[in-house]
Amino acid sequence: MNNFAESFSVSLRLVFLGDAELWAIVLLSLQVSLTAVILACLIGMPFGAMLAVTRFPGRRPLVVTVNALMGLPPVVVGLLVYLMLSNSGPLGVLQLLYTPSAMIIAQLILVAPIIAALTRQTVESLNEEYADQLRSLGVTHLRSVPTLLWDGRFSLATAVLAGFGRAIAEVGAVMIVGGNINHVTRVMTTTIALETSKGNLALALALGAILILIALAVNAAVTLLDAVSRQVSYV
Amino acid sequence: MFDRTMSTLHPEHSIRASHGLLSASDLTVTLDGKTLLDIPSIRIDAGGPTIVMGPNGAGKSLLLRLLHGLVLPSRGSIFMQGDPLDAKRRRRQAMVFQSPVILRRSVRANVEFALAAHGVPRARRRSEAIRLLTVAGLQDKARQSAPSLSGGERQKLTVVRALATRPEVLFLDEPTSNLDPASVMAIENLIMNASAEGTKIVLVTHDIGQAGRLGEDVLFLHQGRITEQTPLQAFTVSPKSQEAAAYLSGELLI
Amino acid sequence: MTRPNIFNFLAAIALGALTMTLPARAQERFIVVQSTTSTQNSGLLDVILPEFTSKTGIEVRVVAVGTGQAIKNAENGDGDVLLVHAKPAEEKFVAEGWGVKRYDVMYNDFVLVGPAADPAGIGGSHDVVASFAKISETASPFASRGDDSGTHKAELKLWSEAGVDVAAASGSWYRETGSGMGATLNTGIGMGAYILTDRATWISFGNKGDYEISVEGDPRLFNQYGVILVNPEKHPSVKAADGQAFIDWLIGSDGQAAIAAYKIDGKQLFFPNAG
Repeated sequence: MNNFAESFSVSLRLVFLGDAELWAIVLLSLQVSLTAVILACLIGMPFGAMLAVTRFPGRRPLVVTVNALMGLPPVVVGLLVYLMLSNSGPLGVLQLLYTPSAMIIAQLILVAPIIAALTRQTVESLNEEYADQLRSLGVTHLRSVPTLLWDGRFSLATAVLAGFGRAIAEVGAVMIVGGNINHVTRVMTTTIALETSKGNLALALALGAILILIALAVNAAVTLLDAVSRQVSYV
Repeated sequence: MFDRTMSTLHPEHSIRASHGLLSASDLTVTLDGKTLLDIPSIRIDAGGPTIVMGPNGAGKSLLLRLLHGLVLPSRGSIFMQGDPLDAKRRRRQAMVFQSPVILRRSVRANVEFALAAHGVPRARRRSEAIRLLTVAGLQDKARQSAPSLSGGERQKLTVVRALATRPEVLFLDEPTSNLDPASVMAIENLIMNASAEGTKIVLVTHDIGQAGRLGEDVLFLHQGRITEQTPLQAFTVSPKSQEAAAYLSGELLI
Repeated sequence: MTRPNIFNFLAAIALGALTMTLPARAQERFIVVQSTTSTQNSGLLDVILPEFTSKTGIEVRVVAVGTGQAIKNAENGDGDVLLVHAKPAEEKFVAEGWGVKRYDVMYNDFVLVGPAADPAGIGGSHDVVASFAKISETASPFASRGDDSGTHKAELKLWSEAGVDVAAASGSWYRETGSGMGATLNTGIGMGAYILTDRATWISFGNKGDYEISVEGDPRLFNQYGVILVNPEKHPSVKAADGQAFIDWLIGSDGQAAIAAYKIDGKQLFFPNAG
């Protein structure tokens, strides 16, 4: 079992020799997952915040549902999106199956509940502190949502990271709807699955190491941004 | 509305003086069958600061929140200059809470937020915020993160923020409890300046010294009822109600 | 109201990212081939497809799944060409009208691989049915694909010829991984089980451990690949002309030569036999 030593040297070689194939795969992974996360934020944040500041019948069950959707199994999401986008499915005319867009849709469905649920939590606890003050200043209910989102931005960054982590590490859904087509829909995780099935464990592990490095880099960047913006750039 | 001068500050006041600045009758708040506040009649007139005193749990904070429209009464309604307290009239009031609520942004942005909420054009917010902060001696901290301020500075900021909206009525709920003497004095100065400029101050405090320095009249609450409303001097020298007398001598705690 | 324009900012990024990904599909000329993991894992397609693309300008996008899933996807119209190895299922696919016509393309063969310890004592045999019977008698572990793939179907046929009811042994010595060839090899080798695999995947597989080929050379291990154009009458989205061009190339002299030329470690993996 010299897989670890071997994969270490393989990953070093891949990273430092700037393997073009590898970078294309890494770029596609980032492009798909970042797009999915951004779209998930655009949907999940206002929705989660709305859920936090309003009271209506059925709100509690809705909150529980959104929380439960955080644990959606990727394979099931992949299957559902496949059935929708298949040429035999209702959205087949869009011709999105086996494209990066299909992978973005699948990841969006996986990530949006995470963003929405964590946003709801953050905004609700912030609202407990802010509600009276904002009402006192004449800022009521839905109009307070942008303020609460902005002032909860540091906690929300964690929610975004959680969503990004889920998206970039996910394999089951993108495998089904993307098809793992070389140079078209092959991303980090599906490449790792493919190399594992070829028995190229060292290469698979090396790709895994690079995936972890990317996750680390993104987390470090956000932490740094957080620290810097807390101290310096208050305007 | 923002640029009104002293002479136009309370246009309705003289005409409808008979109603008082704030008034209500038959005002009750009940929760789970328990009566928290029961006030047959209340009237707060324009003029010097009104001090709300009373032991813990008497309903002082609740009364302020009612008058500010943050809580709806179970029965009765609040009037401002004779008209029902609606969203438009609530915007002519401001409130400072016991524990300062600080927005997670810069000191200046906290003040700008209040200005924006009251419709001050973007171009004028920054200079106005700086002017207000300078009055409070916070101009050097303008760009600093507001949550990083000390306790006294934070409360100073919330007073500045509340005054930024040029309220006709400013409610303050024990704004200086737990603060150092220098901060207490700075905040009292801000309050006195605002009062001198025509803002009606309604202040809850346990500090009899502070009441004496700031107040014109006193409203004494006990177990959800107003036991007396008298000029400050009369109150401290010879309170009319037994409860107030006991409170002043340190014997009435609840 | 202080309205943080973070939303506008995010929207701009999202739109930018979307416009980068969406048009990619509209511009290029390509077909989708539903194929099996064995053709992809062996590396054959990676080598021969660029030849076709450079000649015709048609890109070939391969979705590599088990034969069962590949056929199902093709029935859904999610592919233009089907390239798999399960002749009866392929003929049924055409008979039911999902495909236009089936052509033989090439064959390789299956081999039975096992641990060096050889618990069933079948090493060197050329009779796969007798070897299967021995595995069953000695209750030696056997890892099956269990995924309705072409390899799985071939394996089940051999069990039935050996008169063994594997359904009864499922979960004891007979273990179904429900995964692709490579994953089944990884799993089977991990538990010391015999595994039926296509020779191409085996030769290019990189994690053999102490495994060796136990049984090979039995004519019953013959593994025929077929290619079918998905019926455009069932699914108008099928790119019939480009798909047929690919089939014509694959079964023509250029494609057949490319298949024959593909070698790993000096060994030829696939034997063209079209026409």
